[in-house]
Amino acid sequence: MSSIISVANLSKTYGSGFKALNNVNLDIKPGEIFALLGPNGAGKTTLISIICGIANPSEGKVLVGGENIQTSYRKARSLIGLVPQELHTDAFESVWATVSFSRGLFGKPKNPAHIEKVLKDLSLWDKKDSKIITLSGGMKRRVMIAKALSHEPQILFLDEPTAGVDVELRKGMWEVVRTLQQSGVTIILTTHYIEEAEEMADRIGVINKGEIVLVEDKATLMQKLGKKRLTLHLQGKLDALPESLGHYELDLCDGGATLVYDYDTKGERTGITSLLGDLRTAGIRFNDLDTTQSSLEDIFVDLVRAS
Amino acid sequence: MNYRAVRAIYLFEMARTWRTLLQSIVSPVVSTSLYFVVFGAAIGSRISQVEGVSYGTFIVPGLIMLSVLTQSIANASFGIYFPKFTGTIYEILSAPISYFEIVLGYVGAAATKSIILGLIILATAGLFVPLHIHHPVWMLAFLVLTAVTFSLFGFIIGIWADGFEKLQMIPMLVVTPLTFLGGSFYSIDMLPSAWRTVALLNPVVYLISGFRWSFYEIADVSVSVSVGMTTAFLMICLVLIWWIFRTGYRLKN
Repeated sequence: MSSIISVANLSKTYGSGFKALNNVNLDIKPGEIFALLGPNGAGKTTLISIICGIANPSEGKVLVGGENIQTSYRKARSLIGLVPQELHTDAFESVWATVSFSRGLFGKPKNPAHIEKVLKDLSLWDKKDSKIITLSGGMKRRVMIAKALSHEPQILFLDEPTAGVDVELRKGMWEVVRTLQQSGVTIILTTHYIEEAEEMADRIGVINKGEIVLVEDKATLMQKLGKKRLTLHLQGKLDALPESLGHYELDLCDGGATLVYDYDTKGERTGITSLLGDLRTAGIRFNDLDTTQSSLEDIFVDLVRAS
Repeated sequence: MNYRAVRAIYLFEMARTWRTLLQSIVSPVVSTSLYFVVFGAAIGSRISQVEGVSYGTFIVPGLIMLSVLTQSIANASFGIYFPKFTGTIYEILSAPISYFEIVLGYVGAAATKSIILGLIILATAGLFVPLHIHHPVWMLAFLVLTAVTFSLFGFIIGIWADGFEKLQMIPMLVVTPLTFLGGSFYSIDMLPSAWRTVALLNPVVYLISGFRWSFYEIADVSVSVSVGMTTAFLMICLVLIWWIFRTGYRLKN
């Protein structure tokens, strides 16, 4: 499947000499939700800004829908809707006017029915005549999404879409994003909320210090890098582990009350069966056990530290 | 050509004028009326005629130019500065619209507002003094040329400014003094010869002179020089704007 966005050897050095992006290569598949994760200053917003035409690249090439963003910027940009990180709004305009203005900017003829649908989908219809200055932060965020969707883009960039948004509203936005994906829109989102990427993304990219560290299917990533932890709550405390268990990577915790065993889910053998057998042989009994899987956040932190 | 985008920017900017009608139209008209009262009635009564025209009538073109110059700069500079200030400029920069179309939308709206204002002031002046326009087509041509040129200049100031202080600095410290010293209220022939030579370095002299000629066929410099100087300033502004967009100066990182 050909990419809807293709970034090749992209670098960006600011006038101050700061290199925000270093030889970035990235392909986005049509119709997917791609989450770009990275710490502050990693280069996420710079990458989005270049693709959308807000910043100039220093080196490299970006194609959007097969169109070069510099030589064929009209065609490339007309495919994109952008919701920036900051709440940039025309405070004294009405919701309807500002969303209609956005559609006009992209050269689309008036289509009140489409604007109405977008506003209704985003629960903004009853606020269509309200001035933006009177809206709450969450509503302003939705107005920005409405502006980005006003010209029926094929690609939607969401730069930290749920920053500062309460949990309920965040889940509402996830629903909106899923609905958009079902209608064929490709979505690229940057986020600090790992749970957001874990919940929504089909693929995940990790960027750090201006370089793409990893791009992987979310499920594969979780499987490949995910670790599981078995915790055994012992009947009696242990002072030390018996020698017969020395070849297991076990940690004695809580003053000897629990045994912790980390294992790799991708391995053919987890070693759990033999561990339980050896524990029994050693006369170590336990009251309870539980297992936990490492979250995307753990994976992300590990990757960033490693890079 | 993305006509719809140009139209969207143009109508958006014009809508701001109607929203702020008091500030955009009424305030300059009141200010100009006060000039007529002070300069036309109070001072004018002590000056009989200037080159065969009553003083009150003589200052009309200068007063219109004063408002058109300052309002063109104010409208265009604020029009592009405000999206930069609020951050909504991201939308303009990421839209499928060329630099020419952006300028056309913003400068077109700013110039339109100034022209409307100039015509309102002209009508207001008609209430105070008798007016006769010898060359109405030339009068409109000068009005449009000046409004467009100084709207372009205002656009440049709006891009350059990184704070409200800078936004006001050039209009307050440069343009207003140049306009007052450019013959709005007098003919530069009334100055001593040395000061007359200095006055000819002021580009506003040429605008007011040409504009006044279209009204009364009296001018400080020849009409062709006035047209040439205004066109030259227009070209300088266009080149500067072309450079701004080519380099992304204060717009793109």
